[in-house]
Amino acid sequence: MFTRGSLVPAEIYLNVAASGLLTGLVYGLMALGLSVIFGVVRVVNFAHGEMMTVAMYIALVLFTAYGLDPLVAMVPIAAVLFAFGYLLQAGLINPFITRPEHSQFMLLVAIALILVNLQLIAFGPDAQGVHTSYSFDSYALGPLIIDASKAYAAIAALVVAAALFAFFRFTLLGKAIRACADNYHGALVVGLNVKHLYALTFGLGAACVGAAGAMLMVVIDVTPSIGPAYTLLAFVIVITGGMGSMPGALLGGVLIGVTEALGGLLFTPSAKSMFAFGLLVLVLLFRPQGILGKKTA
Amino acid sequence: MIKLLLAGVPRTGLLMLAILLALFVALPFFVSDYLVTVLFLILYFAFVGQAWNIMMGFAGQLSLGHALYVGLGAYAAAALYVHFGISPWIGLWASMGISAVAGAIIGFLAFRFGVGGVYFAILTIAFAEFARIGFDHFTWVDGSSGFFLPVANYTENDLWNLRGSTRMFYYLMLGMTVAALLACHALLRSRAGYYWLAIRESPEAAQALGINIFKYKMYAVVLSAAMTSLAGVIFAFFYNNLFPEQIFHISRSIELILAPIIGGVGTLAGPLVGAFLLTALAEGLREVMLQLGVDVPGVKQVFYGICLLLVVMFLPDGVWPPLSKLLGLDRKTPDREG
Amino acid sequence: MAALLVVDNVSKSFSGLRAVQDVSFTVPAGEIVALIGPNGAGKTTCFNLIAGVYRPDQGEVRFADQRIDGWRPDQICRAGIGRTFQLVKPFAGLSVLENVTVGALNASASVPEAQDRSKAVLDKLGLWSKRDRTAGALTLPERKLLEVARALATGPRLLLLDEVMAGLRPTEVNTMVSLFRELNASSGLTILLIEHVMRAVMALSRTVVVLHHGQVIAAGTPDEVTRNPAVLESYLGEEAL
Ligand SMILES: Nc1ncnc2c1ncn2[C@@H]1O[C@H](COP(=O)(O)OP(=O)(O)O)[C@@H](O)[C@H]1O
Ligand SMILES: [Mg+2]
Repeated sequence: MFTRGSLVPAEIYLNVAASGLLTGLVYGLMALGLSVIFGVVRVVNFAHGEMMTVAMYIALVLFTAYGLDPLVAMVPIAAVLFAFGYLLQAGLINPFITRPEHSQFMLLVAIALILVNLQLIAFGPDAQGVHTSYSFDSYALGPLIIDASKAYAAIAALVVAAALFAFFRFTLLGKAIRACADNYHGALVVGLNVKHLYALTFGLGAACVGAAGAMLMVVIDVTPSIGPAYTLLAFVIVITGGMGSMPGALLGGVLIGVTEALGGLLFTPSAKSMFAFGLLVLVLLFRPQGILGKKTA
Repeated sequence: MIKLLLAGVPRTGLLMLAILLALFVALPFFVSDYLVTVLFLILYFAFVGQAWNIMMGFAGQLSLGHALYVGLGAYAAAALYVHFGISPWIGLWASMGISAVAGAIIGFLAFRFGVGGVYFAILTIAFAEFARIGFDHFTWVDGSSGFFLPVANYTENDLWNLRGSTRMFYYLMLGMTVAALLACHALLRSRAGYYWLAIRESPEAAQALGINIFKYKMYAVVLSAAMTSLAGVIFAFFYNNLFPEQIFHISRSIELILAPIIGGVGTLAGPLVGAFLLTALAEGLREVMLQLGVDVPGVKQVFYGICLLLVVMFLPDGVWPPLSKLLGLDRKTPDREG
Repeated sequence: MAALLVVDNVSKSFSGLRAVQDVSFTVPAGEIVALIGPNGAGKTTCFNLIAGVYRPDQGEVRFADQRIDGWRPDQICRAGIGRTFQLVKPFAGLSVLENVTVGALNASASVPEAQDRSKAVLDKLGLWSKRDRTAGALTLPERKLLEVARALATGPRLLLLDEVMAGLRPTEVNTMVSLFRELNASSGLTILLIEHVMRAVMALSRTVVVLHHGQVIAAGTPDEVTRNPAVLESYLGEEAL
């Protein structure tokens, strides 16, 4: 069924794994957004990948119109996505947090359907990419040859993820949001503005995926149809790493990144996402709380 | 049997059903080929919506991967026809068998390992994606380059091999939709129907009342999968080409659950009402765009998205429950005594 | 009379918390036995162990001379044990009649037979006039009755009632008490009930088992038990008798 690649030397495996790891960190940041939203608001953002392609198209437009490097544009893009996420939660999703799971899900499916097709209308179905000054640069690290774009994107992902960790750990607002996540009614009782905090959280999750989208723009091309694919990828990562666990999302991202890269090398590249789904099925069956997730009663 | 089928349907409802059926039978004699295709699509979505509804609407298990069963059904019957000249009327048994097994595998894994709710939905997507990528590399049915059925100019309808006019497919689909409606009506009034609703409403209470919830959830998945695959058979022979990228795609899974959700999850009329509304509105939209001279892909889907959004926001039970109240058709329980 | 239900040295812990410890008691066939004790004593957990929601960490549960611990709840129901939930779990979207019919199917060969059976049960409980109401729209006392009706419709030999009289008005309690008496006398239905309404316990049961901190601290006739100092003490911290 699959065409098998000819035998390749160990260095190639190593290189492919390293490249998968770097991409995986950006995946991880994207999934982190999903995880934060689920961990606090308890809503599964089925429009996650579509929000990421929104960010990618903004990055594309900024680059083609003003020559703005996506890794710089990342900051305003994250801000725009933050606002989008905040308004989405406060306006549309908030009335749904007490509704059954499947009706929340359908709401977000509707939002995803609208987003992906608006992009199709605005930008057409063809793949579009950016060529930065470092698009073809690479660094040699011993036997490894590292793409400069991927390295920069991965570093940016780590910086943003670290900032998010610090926010939740050290700021008062971050702690208030965590309190909300742990005990919804308790948070209401002590007078926290839960609606505002939820919207903030959704905004933060959207900002994460926005930043990740900008980063991915220097690595891959964008078409509207990758939106749903990345929504699924984000689910796979978050379920693998553990829903609601922030380190889990990063770990899951790296794991999926490497798995996909090696799977693409060993079999055909087009079959690579099969490995990610294989991993998902195994995790769902044998460790449903995810690798780093806490077991819920 | 007839009496059982008609139990609990108010007389005005029966009358309206009869008129509707007569209308559906007569319409193709008066309208254009194009409109017959539109009517065919309404019935197609009503049928798959009805099949999906068994799982979600009756047994409460949210599947977002039903394109899997459409695709498996389509490929099985088409491959048997193209490679061995086997009639789709025989091939459909293979389609149903394969889809039932696929449904049983997914159901077994999910229900045995306690994968529920949104996680279950994602598992169903994952299996549809497996199939999509797998069929891309499945050379027996020509992989990603697409699988084609031989097409000629048919002067005569060949029902046995499903080669013929749109009208033939239309009447076939009409028969299937009516049969599905009657079957679901009877199912809801059977032991399995009661058990499914109980499981949907409260699995713990259902189990405490002696219901083997694993078994009945499995029945729902297997039945829903087999029924959905029949729509796949029709799809294959109507369109004559199959691409894994399209038929197994997540957007297809979503497209086929729109009608029952908009019509009303768990209701018998919901899938038909939803399919009618969606298709009619989408056709209206197409007409408007034609007049305006705009031709952009994606507009229809945005419109679907907005419909879905409005319905989940403002009519969480779908269009049919309030509509049936308006029409005075909402008597709930079969009143056997009087 | 022979024991219909035997709970033998059963224990169950929840992540360290020992909810039920070495509990033993028997329910003779045809009797009404009450299980009482302060909140959190482990009464509902006992029910869940009997009904198969949990598997005991140790000990055995025997029903009609068969070991049933480790069976699934539906198997135990089919073996002849019907139960109600303290936190009622109606099928909210279904009508009262449909709710009870689901239970009645357990003891019926066909849907029409189950509907006839449901009618009889609903008549007995005075719910027939509300048969077409959606269960989600019932008042709490009505939901408690529905809970009983559903369990009764499964055709049990042993009925487990978990605080079905909590929150009822005194007249409603009286109706329930006479209903259970009548069921017990006419069809020999065996009942194990958890109850806080002491008046009902006194009126119904010949044997009372008292649970405290997961352990049986007394068992005997209602009079014996209420005079037992250990029992009085266990309740004093909670609520006066
Ligand atoms: N599923 C569970 N998980 C954890 N603890 C539980 C669970 N069920 C009951 N408990 C605990 O076991 C103890 C006994 O509870 P329960 O049997 O409900 O008491 P009762 O019915 O006598 O009021 C309580 O401390 C309760 O919190
Ligand atoms: Mg209790």
